[in-house]
Parts: sequence; C-alpha cells; structure tokens
Amino acid sequence: MADSITVSVWRGGAGGGEFQDFQVPQQPSQTILDVITWIQRHLDASLSYRFACRVGMCGSCAMMVNGIPRWTCRTHVNKVMQDRHLTVEPLRNLPVIKDLACDMSEFFEKWRQAEGHFQGSSSRDETVAAISPKSSQRQAANAAIECINCAICYASCDVVAWNRDYLGPAALNRAWSLQNDQRDHAQDERLKVVAGDAGCHQCHSQQGCSTYCPNELNPTASIAGLKRMSAHWFMNKKYRQRHG
Amino acid sequence: MVELRLYMAQRATAAIMAPLVLLHLGVMIYAIQGGLSADEILERTRGSLFWGVTYGLFVITVSVHATIGLRNILREWFRLRGPVLTVLCWLIGAGLLFFGLRAVVAVVGLP
Repeated sequence: MADSITVSVWRGGAGGGEFQDFQVPQQPSQTILDVITWIQRHLDASLSYRFACRVGMCGSCAMMVNGIPRWTCRTHVNKVMQDRHLTVEPLRNLPVIKDLACDMSEFFEKWRQAEGHFQGSSSRDETVAAISPKSSQRQAANAAIECINCAICYASCDVVAWNRDYLGPAALNRAWSLQNDQRDHAQDERLKVVAGDAGCHQCHSQQGCSTYCPNELNPTASIAGLKRMSAHWFMNKKYRQRHG
Repeated sequence: MVELRLYMAQRATAAIMAPLVLLHLGVMIYAIQGGLSADEILERTRGSLFWGVTYGLFVITVSVHATIGLRNILREWFRLRGPVLTVLCWLIGAGLLFFGLRAVVAVVGLP
C-alpha cells in the first residue's frame, strides 16, 4: 500500500462538531479534493462537502486546509502536507451546514447588497459602446474581474470575523470592477452602498484576501480604490448639495 | 454615512498631525543640542502664541484621530454598538482633549 496520510476532517453541523481522523493512501499529483473524495467513497459515505468543476473555475470547493483557506481542487497534497498530516475544515466566517459544506447565502447576499450586478444604460437598438482596452478604467475593471466567487477572501478576512455586517472583499472587489465599467449607469447608487457603514471604510488593509486569493486578484487594492473614489465623492459639490 | 465621515475626519486629522509631529521632533532634536533644561525650554515656550496654537491644534486633532481609531477597536474587539459606543467615544475624546489642553497650558501658560 502506498504511504498514507492522516487527515483530520471536521465533522458536524451548525450546533458544533469535532475532528475525525482518516488514513488516506498518498497518490502522485493528489489534490486535497481527491483526498476528501477518497474518504467519502472508501471510508465514510456520509461525509458532506461541495465541489463541481474540479478545475478551478466554479469556486465551490474552497475549504480551510491546515488553517488556511484554499481551493481544494487545485491544491496539491504534497505542497501543503505537514508531517504527513492534513487538517480540513469548512470555510471560516460562514455558517456550517454539515461537515465541510458551509452556507454561502450571506456571501452572495452581500454581493447583491453591494449592487454587484451590471446595470447597463443602453438598449439593444443602440450601438455597442466602444471601450478602449488601454483606458485606465478598463484596466482597473479587468484587474478585478476574474473572481470565481469561492469565498476564500471572505474566509481569510478578520474584519468579516469582527463585523458581521461588513460586505467583505469579494463583494467590494466586484463593486470596484463595475465602478470602472463605463457602460454601467448605477455607479452613484453603488458608491453610496459601498461607502456606507458596512462598506469599504471598514477595511484595515490587512491583505489576507490578496494573500490567499487563488486567482491572484488584489481585493485590497480594489477596496483602496473604492476608498479613494468615495473620498472624492464625499468632497465634491454634488454630495454637499444633497446632504446640506 | 457615519463611517465615511469618520474615515474622512481621521484622514484629515492625520494630514494635519503629520507636519506638526515632524515640527515637534525637529525642534526638540535641535533644541537639546546645547543641553537645554526643562526650565530653559519653558522659558522659551511660555507666552508664545505660536507654540500655543501649534500644540493646541495638535491636541485637538489627536483627540479626534485617536478617538476614531479607538472606536474601531471597541467595535471590533469588544463588540460595542449603539449609545454605549457613542457615549464611551465622546468620553475618550473629551478626556484626550482635556488632558491635552491642560498640558498645553502647562507649556505655554494661559493667555
């Protein structure tokens, strides 16, 4: 038999739980998701976890691995294993449904709250907007756009842990992307939300989100952009007129 | 929009404090070169409108800046919210202002 790995998997639900140890044979190029799947298929069919694409596109398989949030389908065992041991837990900062599956509702609800959807101003009868790929706005939008909604940034954020209302790095990163989309017409409304009491000014720039983002995005920079944008907005004439 | 206003106030006060800190450190390093005593320093600061305004402004900005920073800590680490947080922050700000201005009066004297 191949060398085995000891894997401590968190088992339980919303009411609490504990770690259960499993022995899993090590394989070449084995990912954390492979390990969890092997446990479910060979050792305990009741183990709950979530995955879909297995190639780092869908963002559904994120878990805490040895205390760090990671996309498990693209994380190789031999890169994160410590003394032939792995600890796998559900994502931090989100309520657990069962075992390794957590409830993502609040994460997506915050995207909605942050006006994270594109709101175009043109109808289908108008010509397509010409946006130069070299424009600074488009480049800022592009830099933030490859988010796969895995919630790794949300799990790594201490401000989310301290302040449950905080919109979090993913929703704010998405908002920054749309604030730089010249075709979007909801930028005033969105800025009011993201500059609100649960918004970008709560961020302490600790950069956990940027450190652990599997797609190497930089939500901290996006949030800093929103801070600058809202500071300008705060000082501009229109704001003072509206709010006396 | 409370958080945005506090954020702006904290940045604005930081912008005022930064040159004042540099001025304070620069003058302090320059002044002690010849071995000035506390009495000799007070002799120069007493009755000075410039130092009164400089340190008075510094104390006012510190009271605002530090209170906003402490408010974040009280919110995040101690989970304080609502009137308790507001009253505590006003007390902290008032305390910093009172003790700070008391120190300014000791250095510059009353007008």
